[in-house]
Amino acid sequence: MEGLTLSDAEQKYYSDLFSYCDIESTKKVVVNGRVLELFRAAQLPNDVVLQIMELCGATRLGYFGRSQFYIALKLVAVAQSGFPLRVESINTVKDLPLPRFVASKNEQESRHAASYSSDSENQGSYSGVIPPPPGRGQVKKGSISHDTVQPRASADQQEPASPVVSPQQSPPTSPHTWRKHNRHSSGGNSERPLGGPGPFWSPFGEAQSGSSAGDAVWSGHSPPPPQENWVSFADTPPTSTLLTMHPASVQDQTTVRTVASATTANEIRRQSSSYDDPWKITDEQRQYYINQFKTIQPDLNGFIPGSAAKEFFTKSKLPILELSHIWELSDFDKDGALTLDEFCAAFHLVVARKNGYDLPEKLPESLMPKLIDLEDAADVGDQPGEVGYSGSPAEAPPSKSPSMPSLNQTWPELNQSSEQWETFSERSSSSQTLTQFDSNIAPADPDTAIVHPVPIRMTPSKIHMQEMELKRTGSDHTNPTSPLLVKPSDLSEENKINTAVKFASGNTVDGYSSSDSFTSDPEQIGSNVTRQRSHSGTSPDNTAPPPPPPRPQPSHSRSSSLDMNRTFTVTTGQQQAGVVAHPPAVPPRPQPSQAPGPVVHRPVDADGLVTHTSTSPQQIPEQPNFADFSQFEVFAASSVNEEQDDEAEKHAEVLPVEKASDPASSLRVAKTDSKTEEKTAASAPANVSKGTTPLAPPPKPVRRRLKSEDELRPDVDEHTQKTGVLAAVLASQPSIPRSVGKDKKAIQASIRRNKETNTVLARLNSELQQQLKDVLEERISLEVQLEQLRPFSHL
Amino acid sequence: MAVCIAVIAKENYPLYIRSTPMENELKFHYMVHTSLDVVDEKISAMGKALVDQRELYLGLLYPTEDYKVYGYVTNSKVKFVMVVDSSNTALRDNEIRSMFRKLHNSYTDVMCNPFYNPGDPIQSRAFDSMVTSMMIQVC
Repeated sequence: MEGLTLSDAEQKYYSDLFSYCDIESTKKVVVNGRVLELFRAAQLPNDVVLQIMELCGATRLGYFGRSQFYIALKLVAVAQSGFPLRVESINTVKDLPLPRFVASKNEQESRHAASYSSDSENQGSYSGVIPPPPGRGQVKKGSISHDTVQPRASADQQEPASPVVSPQQSPPTSPHTWRKHNRHSSGGNSERPLGGPGPFWSPFGEAQSGSSAGDAVWSGHSPPPPQENWVSFADTPPTSTLLTMHPASVQDQTTVRTVASATTANEIRRQSSSYDDPWKITDEQRQYYINQFKTIQPDLNGFIPGSAAKEFFTKSKLPILELSHIWELSDFDKDGALTLDEFCAAFHLVVARKNGYDLPEKLPESLMPKLIDLEDAADVGDQPGEVGYSGSPAEAPPSKSPSMPSLNQTWPELNQSSEQWETFSERSSSSQTLTQFDSNIAPADPDTAIVHPVPIRMTPSKIHMQEMELKRTGSDHTNPTSPLLVKPSDLSEENKINTAVKFASGNTVDGYSSSDSFTSDPEQIGSNVTRQRSHSGTSPDNTAPPPPPPRPQPSHSRSSSLDMNRTFTVTTGQQQAGVVAHPPAVPPRPQPSQAPGPVVHRPVDADGLVTHTSTSPQQIPEQPNFADFSQFEVFAASSVNEEQDDEAEKHAEVLPVEKASDPASSLRVAKTDSKTEEKTAASAPANVSKGTTPLAPPPKPVRRRLKSEDELRPDVDEHTQKTGVLAAVLASQPSIPRSVGKDKKAIQASIRRNKETNTVLARLNSELQQQLKDVLEERISLEVQLEQLRPFSHL
Repeated sequence: MAVCIAVIAKENYPLYIRSTPMENELKFHYMVHTSLDVVDEKISAMGKALVDQRELYLGLLYPTEDYKVYGYVTNSKVKFVMVVDSSNTALRDNEIRSMFRKLHNSYTDVMCNPFYNPGDPIQSRAFDSMVTSMMIQVC
């Protein structure tokens, strides 16, 4: 179809007629019946009418679009003027009188009045589409009268002039003001202020003939309706067709545009069922939007941050609420920033809103962020139904959904049309990452909580973990840290210790072998008393199951226990640790007369063999050792006060002996109270000094014996004493391997115990070494003093 | 399936409150207001622990004969209160959680809108539609 050049009057008239025929308020297609009626009113022969219809393309299309209608009207005018009906004639014939239709004048007047009274905002009625400003309206009355000369068949025909006038006049006030502002700001469209209004006008000029020209033309009219023209861009393809096909002067363009805009405004304003068409963005519009986007964000693939977009769109003078809604619609990925597509959609919505179109509840398909958006405006003769889907089918497959795992549940709610997800594939990565990020920000979704591979203890810790897991992740079944998982090795040493400490303290009765727990706890407790506190405050992951007994610890044989002691760097500097550690070598051997239970237990600790099973139950009965230790404490209290210094050192000496004698009991003591161990150490020497305390555990008598030996030596000889103690320990050690177990469990338990004792002994060793150093220093100082006291000898 | 949904700002004034129209809304508004005390109590209970520790979903705040009130608080101390009908026994805890999650997501989207000033009443249509969808389920 050729481009149609219409004069202003013609435009108004035609749009008026079109609206008249558009009884269904589709704004796009006029009812054939009405059209035919109109043509009949034109008093043309039927064949001419048919010819007209054929020429305008209605027969081809099957219906009258706006362009078809206009062309038809033009042809009617041509025919009525007597010119031959040809397609070219619509343009070549100048100064055609308006097509005449037999219509009642009254109707026209009423329509005219109605149009004048219409809301300038064009809120939805056709008359509102082109609200003639009062001033202009009067001017147009003349033309109206001219038009009214032509009787019209259609009863409802509005006054042609008035509606026709309106396009020339300022449309809705808001755009009107905007426009004014724009015109002030951009005289020749040369400048592209970020102000929304200004640029709106330019595209028109630029699209066709140059910005200045277009602007000039517009400024020639009373506030030209660029918005309407803009709207026309979103108009039916026929409109765009008209525009594109019309190469002519700016005047033509404007006229066409005004006509198109008027009709488009009607269409769009009525929110026609063919939703996509009004919202489609034409090439010019898109180009304009892109240029505007560039002014804010040079990178077309980048984003416009929310604040910049807010500034930009605030210039459009739309109410914040509407801008907020526009934002909601256009920010497809809800990332707080606008991509090019989103920006175009938002811009387009602003334009539409400025023209009085109600904002849709959902983003129209044509505005959805798509890969292919420039093709939308290329449709020629395309009708509403097709437009909307022109782009979407061509888009990439729905690759977006899969990439948004945790958001899938929310996306369908956020997206206006889930079927448009395909359109998102292109920007899926960026938008998805953003949204994923956002969603991750939303702490509401526990599913996004970081999954910790928390090792879980099989027993009480497991229960604890279950509680923690359920509490934390709700019903997150994907959490691999479900209590079903057991990864003891994942925990760090510290965590293990913590958990061990915690659980050991919290659960006196464990499902697993109590011996392990007991043996492991004391040594850890001794050094990690404070950790217990912090552990409870940490996340469930940290409080993960107490580590299994110090299996992971490098295994070592008894023979190498001393080596381990040397290699161990554990330095608590406290007697506690020293107390905790005790050599597996158990002096109890020398005293089989003592309670066989504890004795057996000791050898198990030392050997971890046959007696292990028996020791486990014995460990419990050995609990009373604590009481014995308390006895030691009582004794030690007195002695401690007497010889704290000596005992401190003696503790060190005694400790190894003690440990050797009563590893398990000492461990337990440590478990409950590290101080107790000190006391035991203190008490040990005390007992030794007194040499009377009948200790239940055989080792204690052994200790006493050793202690007595130690005490006999002066402090100076502590080193030797220590060595002697160590020697004793060493001596006792060889005896350990004897009871190599027959039961695997016993062996394993004993092995564990031995390892624990080894660690304990290592610590003790380190302590002793420190003490040794201190003692050496004292010795040196004493020797110096001695020499000072004997000056003569040196002199 | 909620009968009333409310979004309370950090300063304990409502940003958004919506009830099913069948009942007198004043009653629900009052319930929401009284539930704020319970919310604050629950928040302070975990006070010593880090915020991370705190569960966002507060659970059942308090039950009445006809209704149950559930609470949810975000890390920015924005509270969501939901009143559900007690006769809706089918509502499981997980469902309530998911509803709160949806609420939270929608609220986040509202906040992302640069035109929304924090502290303003929520007038987002998308948010409204989401809330309506949650409330309409009752029927």
